[in-house]
Amino acid sequence: MSPHVEAVDITREYDSVRALDRVSIAAHLGQVTTVVGVNGSGKTTLLKILAGLDTSTAGRVLIEGSEADPTQLRTHSTMVFQRSVMFGTSVFNNVAYGLKIEGVPSHEISLRAKSALAAVNLEGFERRHARKLSSGEQQRVAMARALALERGVLLVDEPTANLDPANAMIIERAIKDSARSRAVLLSSHNLPQARRLSQHVIHLYRGRVVEEGEPSSFFTNPRDERTKLFIEGELQF
Amino acid sequence: MHPIIEGIIQAINLILTGDPEVFSIAALSLYVSAVGTLLACAWSIPAAVALALRNFHGKRILKGLFNAFIGIPTVALGLYLYLLLSRAGPLGYFQLLYTPNAIIIGQSALVTPIIVSFATGALESVDPELRTLARTLGASDRQTYNVVIKEAFWGLVLAIMAAFNRAFAELGVAMMLGGNIRGLTRVLTTAISLETARGDIALSIALSFILLGIVMSLSIAINLARKTSQ
Repeated sequence: MSPHVEAVDITREYDSVRALDRVSIAAHLGQVTTVVGVNGSGKTTLLKILAGLDTSTAGRVLIEGSEADPTQLRTHSTMVFQRSVMFGTSVFNNVAYGLKIEGVPSHEISLRAKSALAAVNLEGFERRHARKLSSGEQQRVAMARALALERGVLLVDEPTANLDPANAMIIERAIKDSARSRAVLLSSHNLPQARRLSQHVIHLYRGRVVEEGEPSSFFTNPRDERTKLFIEGELQF
Repeated sequence: MHPIIEGIIQAINLILTGDPEVFSIAALSLYVSAVGTLLACAWSIPAAVALALRNFHGKRILKGLFNAFIGIPTVALGLYLYLLLSRAGPLGYFQLLYTPNAIIIGQSALVTPIIVSFATGALESVDPELRTLARTLGASDRQTYNVVIKEAFWGLVLAIMAAFNRAFAELGVAMMLGGNIRGLTRVLTTAISLETARGDIALSIALSFILLGIVMSLSIAINLARKTSQ
């Protein structure tokens, strides 16, 4: 099966710092691909480039085999950030924002927003002010907002890093369910979560892919020494 | 009777009896300051959006200049505009000097740095992640600007309010460009100045209370609206 979204030899430099160094990864429809790595390894930068929110210094991003520019990437993907940011309005308006921009008819917006909120156990929250919710609930709204768009690629950056187990479980379930119709690229340093959710795991270290594979082999029999140390919790940045 | 007490009583009398001259002076003050402020908004808000949300060479210098001009002395500005608008000046052909329009032009120039600086600050205080969020949800550049403007709405209102208050309470521009002509360009501040010079302290105080009353009422109304909306 050919990848749905592909990064080919992506390099990103900020002044003299190389955040990504010829990174090539692929994500397939129906799968969760998790990029793991210590803080500062380049996970967020990679996701932002795939989301069309940042540009690479070199390399290409392909959607279904065709090269895509940042504008095309933004219409084909959406991203959930580690720190959930809410528009200062109701939960419904937050979830409906992207749909309104896409010109979706209002009756359909209503249905899709309800369905997205149900996917994160937030039925009945439509009229609540988004910024008055708890951080866990806000992250679930952020997830619903991304799900409602029904884009081909869902990029999720450390979505449960600051959440309690109950909220984290709901987010994880939503990620798993959403992968049925999308290519999901998750960034995480939570290894048990990567193991639970992923069909493919990529280890990014200092801006380079040092190992990748199916969770079974990646976690039980890593080939790269740095991956071994990372799994054992002993890898320093 | 003490002039202040006399002034308060006279102010109440002037308001309650609907003194036509006082009302026309107050109305003209409101008119020129409101139009001058709105006119300044037409270029100041877009300028603030550009300064807050776009990157370009000279941005910091421009911001510094607008900040520096907040405190420009009104008589100095009045003088420069007088030279521009006087018959011998480059804009003398339009015969604007000593008309309400001249005061409007002067006040719009006066409040431009206030609106630009305060509005830029309000827009810059919006969480930059909101723009990133809007973009990942498919918003165009213009739509992301709208998101930021919406978030900064009350900050922008306060910037406009501060500008209006400055225009409404200034004397130099109104005096130098309007000339304090009775029934034509006399506004509250020039009338207060004139009555004080004439020695009619009670009337000056009465007019100053009307000036203060309007400024404070507007500020209170804006604050109430802001609290209600939140």
